[in-house]
Amino acid sequence: MSREVRSDAELASALLSGDESVFSEFVQVFHARLANYTFLMCGQREDAEEVAQETLLKVFESIDQLHDPAKLKAWVFRIAKNECFMKRRKSVFAPQHELSLDDDLKPMRQIADWNALPDDLVLNAELRETLTRSIRELPESYRSVVLLRDVEGLSTEETADILEISTDLVKTRLHRGRLALRQSLEAKQHA
Amino acid sequence: MHDHDCGQIFAMLSEYLDRELPPATCEEFDEHIKDCPECVQFLESLKRSMKICRQFGESQLLPAIDEGQMTRLRQAYANMLTKRGRSKSES
Repeated sequence: MSREVRSDAELASALLSGDESVFSEFVQVFHARLANYTFLMCGQREDAEEVAQETLLKVFESIDQLHDPAKLKAWVFRIAKNECFMKRRKSVFAPQHELSLDDDLKPMRQIADWNALPDDLVLNAELRETLTRSIRELPESYRSVVLLRDVEGLSTEETADILEISTDLVKTRLHRGRLALRQSLEAKQHA
Repeated sequence: MHDHDCGQIFAMLSEYLDRELPPATCEEFDEHIKDCPECVQFLESLKRSMKICRQFGESQLLPAIDEGQMTRLRQAYANMLTKRGRSKSES
């Protein structure tokens, strides 16, 4: 049986009404998503598990104070972002400088190998490991946007809301993050 | 390849893929890539890495929640519902 897709507002309303089945479903789905996000943001597995758990605890302690139920998902990820910020240990992998678009232009002439990859590329264990490393090596300002937009599938507006930055800045960082990630994947595929 | 034109296209790739470009700019973009296989190639490769990211988001990197964690969350949820019920009946 397919899982019913609820809007954020419906989900918040069901949780506030004490619907046990929605609670369980919410925890299963959001724990997995938050654990992925916190793992890639924090960089440490133990920290990530703890932050995901703390985030969900805060969600259930204060969901009755959620001002806009239509923004439930963004609210949950904003709590996670703040929890990561509190917990984060500075990653030795993450460069702090922002890449310039001029730097990003260089690989344009070296795209043949990447394009030789099959269209139906399978996300197997090896590629998952490569992607994990590539994402964690992104500068943090790009990583946070790429994770929310491309990994979690949140909108530009939701991402701006969570990170408390403008939508224009989300777009700029997303573009640079995507280019850096594509370049890193390509380099690792052919290492 | 015209680096100048391609450079402008390059800066707009993500907004194009996200359908966030104004219609007129989108038309200019389409016009350029019609005759620029290198831009098309790059666009496709970027699309591919975005698709992999999305699949990655649907996978599970860490173990599922355990019973002890679930119990703590259930308790926090129950407390919130009790508090909410109390404040409703008081108002």
